Amino acid sequence: MRLITLTFTCAVFIACNHRTKENGTSPWPASFHIGRPATPAEIAAWDIDIRPDGAGLPPGAGTAASGKPVYMAKCAACHGTGTEPLNAKLPGPALMNDSAGSDFRRLKTLGNYWPYATTIFDYVRRTMPYNAPGTLTADEVYSLTAYLLFANKIIDEETVMDARSLPKVNMPAKHLFIPDNSTGGPEIR
Amino acid sequence: MNKKKISRRTLLGGAATAAVVLFKSSYGKMIQAAIPESALLTDDPTKIQGPPPGKVGTRSPFEHPVKKPSDISSRTPLQDLYGTITPSDLHYERHHGGVPAIDPHQYELLIHGMVDKPMVFTLADLKRFPSVSRICFLECSGNFRGSKETLMPQEVCGLTSQSEWTGVMLSTLFREVGVQPKASWFLAEGSDAAVMTRSIPVKKAWDDAMVVYAQNGEAIRPEQGYPARLLLPGWEGNTSVKWLRRIELSDQPYMTREETSKYTYPVKDRIRQFSFGMDARSIITYPAFPQQVEKGWIEIRGIAWSGWGKIAKVEISTDNGKSWHPARLQEPVLDKAHTAFRYLWQWDGNTTAIMSRATDETGYTQPTLQQLIAARGADMGGYHLNPVTAWVIQRDGKVLFRPEKWK
Repeated sequence: MRLITLTFTCAVFIACNHRTKENGTSPWPASFHIGRPATPAEIAAWDIDIRPDGAGLPPGAGTAASGKPVYMAKCAACHGTGTEPLNAKLPGPALMNDSAGSDFRRLKTLGNYWPYATTIFDYVRRTMPYNAPGTLTADEVYSLTAYLLFANKIIDEETVMDARSLPKVNMPAKHLFIPDNSTGGPEIR
Repeated sequence: MNKKKISRRTLLGGAATAAVVLFKSSYGKMIQAAIPESALLTDDPTKIQGPPPGKVGTRSPFEHPVKKPSDISSRTPLQDLYGTITPSDLHYERHHGGVPAIDPHQYELLIHGMVDKPMVFTLADLKRFPSVSRICFLECSGNFRGSKETLMPQEVCGLTSQSEWTGVMLSTLFREVGVQPKASWFLAEGSDAAVMTRSIPVKKAWDDAMVVYAQNGEAIRPEQGYPARLLLPGWEGNTSVKWLRRIELSDQPYMTREETSKYTYPVKDRIRQFSFGMDARSIITYPAFPQQVEKGWIEIRGIAWSGWGKIAKVEISTDNGKSWHPARLQEPVLDKAHTAFRYLWQWDGNTTAIMSRATDETGYTQPTLQQLIAARGADMGGYHLNPVTAWVIQRDGKVLFRPEKWK
């Protein structure tokens, strides 16, 4: 096999020799053989993303009841408790607010401006809490996600969030989102 | 700056001594910090030997262009720049978890997902691939402020800068790992504390995306993604993920936080998502607040750019939008790049407003704020706003931004 490849490479080189002089460049090989194969272990260590279909969700579970104390201890200082006035200045974005309800023009919350519940898990796990990013366990993140969905009146207090149930949560704002398929041109959009 | 009154003799004598000592032991930058500006002034610079050659150059101590930082971003002083390359230390910043410190010897880029060969590339690996240099702008998609008269160009739209970037085409890396035909999106992930992620259509990789490791001839600055970042020419800056550590190929977008609850905006009764291209725009950087001009000849100067291609023309109005005249464009006009424009004007001393509007090669002309509101509704939010803006020149020559309220 190697011999065949070598022969082929030589043939290409000879065939393109004339062009090489014109372009000042050699024809590209099928592979530069730069870099190394990634091991399954190192892929697993970094592959933390969660897709809307739930791909990537780890084992674990939580409910609003288990999430509330975590939220109060690790999140509320920046994101508030949802009882603040609509114009309150919080260190982090508000995540829920009864008086905003479904109207994101009053205040953007998870309930009125987030199209996918899986995004909550993905984002909280990768970068929260702000002062100690990436330190929450899977159970804590499921619990927080459940609490935030409950606080936004999207799931019941008892509903367990896990890899199976979370992707099935239907977010109220999902139908509002439309992809911008613009390909440029004169139109003002 | 040292405002204390010091006799000129003391100042010159002391400064000269200090300069020599510092030069023997350290880099030029320390000299700049150590000597008061006034100490560098002599009656006649032809009568005194200057400092010898150094290892690293310095900005003149008389020049103080600075970025304008907030908690989350830092704006380029557009009004202080000449030409179209932003000095690297004045490139705008926007990041979501601060600037990470990354050891270039430990750096690795993982490419996996829907590929034939999941692979890891070190920084040295990336530099071995065929390289490409390209000049293009970056712009944050939340780059318009217009709430008051006392705004500098930097404050109106300073979240855009331009560099010459060098790196490897992403298509070269995708070819190496064997991206599968069914892969239609990829996730780009940074190694900052936000572990920032965006989903990008694979088509952009085949078009003109790069993984870059150099900026204006040297290694990328930490604030711009050291040691390597994604570069998506013409697209909203957030998609050019800095401190790039991972790319995963997929057949669908990941719906990350930065493409759902952020970097999206209301358009009438819907929310527009995945707005990648930055629409054509321009800004007059001279004359602008806080300058004061004199009656007579004024060269109106500024920059124009479009994420969809080259700038085709820039028009100037010096009569508050009643008539428009073409500005001269500085050649070469580059694709998806800041383009300098100039327009020579004789000001008669009467109050007026001057404006610029850009048109790109796709035929798109920079809109007014009212046109944007008509297209999107008054609740359109703060992303992808590129309105024509006006500078009011008062009779006394003072220049003020003209705010336009839309809510």
